[in-house]
Amino acid sequence: MTAAISRTHWDSPWLGFAVRRAGRLLVSLWVLITAAFLMIHVIPGDPVRAALGPSASVQLVEARRAALGLNDPLWLQYLNYLGDLLTLDMRSSMVSGLPVAQVIGDRLPATLELAGYAAALAFAVAIPLGAGMAVLTRGGRRRPAELGFTATSAVLAVVPEFLLAVGLIYVFGVRLAWLPVAGRDGFDSYILPVLALMIAPGAVLARIMRVEMLAVFEADHVRTARAKRLPQWLITLRHVLPNALTATVTVGGLLLGALVAGTVLVENVFAWPGLGSTIVQSILAKDYPVVQGVVLVYGLGVLLINLAVDVLLAVLDPRSTIRES
Amino acid sequence: MKRILRTPLGLSAAVLLLAVLVLAVIAPLVWTDQANAVDTAQISRGSTAEHWMGTDNLGRDVFLRVLVATGLSVRLALLATAIGVLAGLVLGAVPVVLGRRAGRVVTAVVNIAVAFPALLLALFFAVVIGPGTTGSLLAIGFATAPGFARLVQTLVAKVAGLDYVAAARVAGAGRIRLLVRHILPNVAEPLVINATMAAGAALLAFAGLSFLGLGVQPPEYDWGRLLGEGLQGIYLRPAAAIAPGVAVVVAGLAFHLFGEALSKGFTRHTAPVKLRRTEAASAVPTDDDAVLVVEDLRVAFPGVTPVRGVSFTVGQGEAVGIVGESGSGKSLTALAVARLIEHPGQVDAQRLTFQGRDLRNGDDRVHRRLLGTSLAMVFQDPMTSLNPAMRIGRQLAEVAEQHQGASRKQAWQRAVDRLRAVRIPDPERRARQYPHEFSGGMRQRAMIGMGLMGKPALIIADEPTTALDVTVQRQVLRLLRTIRAADGAALLLISHDITVVSQVCDRVLVMYAGRVVEDLPADELHTAARHPYTRALLAAVPDMTTDRDLPLAVIPGRPVDAAQVPTGCAYAPRCPLATERCVTAHPPLETDNGRRVACWHADVPVQVGDRGE
Repeated sequence: MTAAISRTHWDSPWLGFAVRRAGRLLVSLWVLITAAFLMIHVIPGDPVRAALGPSASVQLVEARRAALGLNDPLWLQYLNYLGDLLTLDMRSSMVSGLPVAQVIGDRLPATLELAGYAAALAFAVAIPLGAGMAVLTRGGRRRPAELGFTATSAVLAVVPEFLLAVGLIYVFGVRLAWLPVAGRDGFDSYILPVLALMIAPGAVLARIMRVEMLAVFEADHVRTARAKRLPQWLITLRHVLPNALTATVTVGGLLLGALVAGTVLVENVFAWPGLGSTIVQSILAKDYPVVQGVVLVYGLGVLLINLAVDVLLAVLDPRSTIRES
Repeated sequence: MKRILRTPLGLSAAVLLLAVLVLAVIAPLVWTDQANAVDTAQISRGSTAEHWMGTDNLGRDVFLRVLVATGLSVRLALLATAIGVLAGLVLGAVPVVLGRRAGRVVTAVVNIAVAFPALLLALFFAVVIGPGTTGSLLAIGFATAPGFARLVQTLVAKVAGLDYVAAARVAGAGRIRLLVRHILPNVAEPLVINATMAAGAALLAFAGLSFLGLGVQPPEYDWGRLLGEGLQGIYLRPAAAIAPGVAVVVAGLAFHLFGEALSKGFTRHTAPVKLRRTEAASAVPTDDDAVLVVEDLRVAFPGVTPVRGVSFTVGQGEAVGIVGESGSGKSLTALAVARLIEHPGQVDAQRLTFQGRDLRNGDDRVHRRLLGTSLAMVFQDPMTSLNPAMRIGRQLAEVAEQHQGASRKQAWQRAVDRLRAVRIPDPERRARQYPHEFSGGMRQRAMIGMGLMGKPALIIADEPTTALDVTVQRQVLRLLRTIRAADGAALLLISHDITVVSQVCDRVLVMYAGRVVEDLPADELHTAARHPYTRALLAAVPDMTTDRDLPLAVIPGRPVDAAQVPTGCAYAPRCPLATERCVTAHPPLETDNGRRVACWHADVPVQVGDRGE
């Protein structure tokens, strides 16, 4: 029996990989949901009283508590919470009264757009840039270009997105008055937020890509490719690039997660009508059902990005599916 | 520390960081009252003589407020980092202290938390603890913790496996004692580096939370708060937004760069050594039919010349071995002959012809077809010499696609056929596999198969069996021999193993310190070796008659450092025959009846190979 199982695993490392990944995703998801559920219960004092303010009547607070099910025993609340989640029912906002699912549905596309464009642009710029710099500067060639690149990218990588956003607003909005600095209205309005969001991760990615490319250029199997007398472009594209991409994708995944968080700040700078401005307003207004829902969406986003990175890695580097087992 | 301050980056980072820290202490003491002074006559002004960065909506001086905010911003960042590091240390060290089972749970939780960006964690904690200074302090601290916990876990796992920790454990040291006395001191260095970087990140994160209104609450103010207030009036008074922004970036950079300088300071650099030119080497026997003719070959890298004038020929179908210790230049010779030395390496030769074609000039494109089909390379480590992300069959097939104009399908069939030729069982299936699915011996055979995609006139094998175990070594050598017999290919076998070379080759070149010191037929190796180094190499190999009660013979001393080759015979410091002449004058490589030797005392009988203690 055991022999049969290990036999199938041997034949298809993909199956084992998929099962393990799905398991990990489920466990992480469970932790996330439980954390979001508990969030409202570990807040000191009565969240409903905090939300409605000291002037609200006792009856109103009690009615709201009952409506939110906060008077039930904790285990029952937890089960109800899980059950409602299955039907995408995430209660209603304590401020606007709108269903949380609807609030998220309204706001999510703007955030997805922002993050998606920024991530795509970061990869689209950083990978060719880093790879190109590696080709140009390998083996100590073109020192000035190398220095210029490493210094610039190092500074850009450290500047946080919201400060960059302020700088961009100052230069392109205030000084040059070329681009709008707030809202989401037409192509122009996307330029500054997307730039603010993609520059730092783009700089980090380009640096990593360059370092990885340089390391792979030194690898034994690239010497083998040279011994096969393949043309340089083929060696670079077929034997160096794919192997350098694996590490870049790993870090890129972490950066994407950070980019999701970065949208919160950038949206607030540019008054972008997405989830990021929603969560900050809701935290300040103590609108806990909305906060819970948005936290879940962000968490799920991060988990999905991690999963996508793992799958991509397994495709790029077939060893990674084996190595972990 | 001195080493760090000596670099320009380290020095400027240290100065910058010191300035920020000093300002953080002094500014609140000196300017707090002035920065809080409300001036209703000067509300929301731009730059004036009195307030060069303007005033805010209560008429307070922006510049002074930015200076004073240094104190709170830096203090909060450092506190948050301290919380993060402490919590991380506790979480990271738990697996050591509590044992395996409890440790695994903690590790799993940390792994999940680490997947979330710190800012999201901080937002989560900010909700739970509530907006405000304390809330965001704890939030950023706890958000930093998982990263540190992961770092500590990795470091501890690395150190805990080391011998001295195992020894302490055997000696009965308790878990806590083990952690405090043996493990933590050894992971302190990377922790300090990362904590410095984390302080920079905490500073930025705090600015972010305060900017969102979730951090420091009025009337207190830090840079983030000032930035948030300034942004609202950016069209009228940009300085009020720009000044705190610049302050955050400068302080963040100071921490980050200092951390980077620390981590660079802990890794050492070796200083380059000046290049030393050497005199020309002796003449070579030429052979117009030869597959390969090499004359006065030199390979130089900046500061060193590891190959200093090597000359030899390889005839049609001949098997020539090059032996020598590591660092003797034998592998570089092989790579140079194959035109595989890359920038900044420099190859120089009087003559370098392969199949009658001069390889010294012209770029790769000119020689590509010839070398790609007639010269096969086999490298030392089959583990790393194949592309891990490409199917074996494709790696072979691309040779035929590139040089023989084969279609994808033809090339694949040829690849399968070649795998069969090197005795890979079930080659159709194997061709579709990746290198990690092959055993070491099979990978090396696949490498040889790759060389057989064309019709090699010469196979250069650089330590082809060193990374393999003995039985597999034998198979690979036998395979090379079969191929030579079948295709009439010549072989240039590079090895440190004189036994392997003498079994496989017709002729043996012995290299020492970048030069050929002896060249003789393989079957005369045991009877007619003349150079004391060759004789010492032979004496160092135990055989059936070796007295097992005596220690193994060794060659005393160390191989020459390629950067500091002596003027005379490079082997003189280790040679029992060395005289005054050997130290002062370099012995030329003399040809005698097809055999070559470079030694002033070539024919003096000697009891070589001192028995080591």
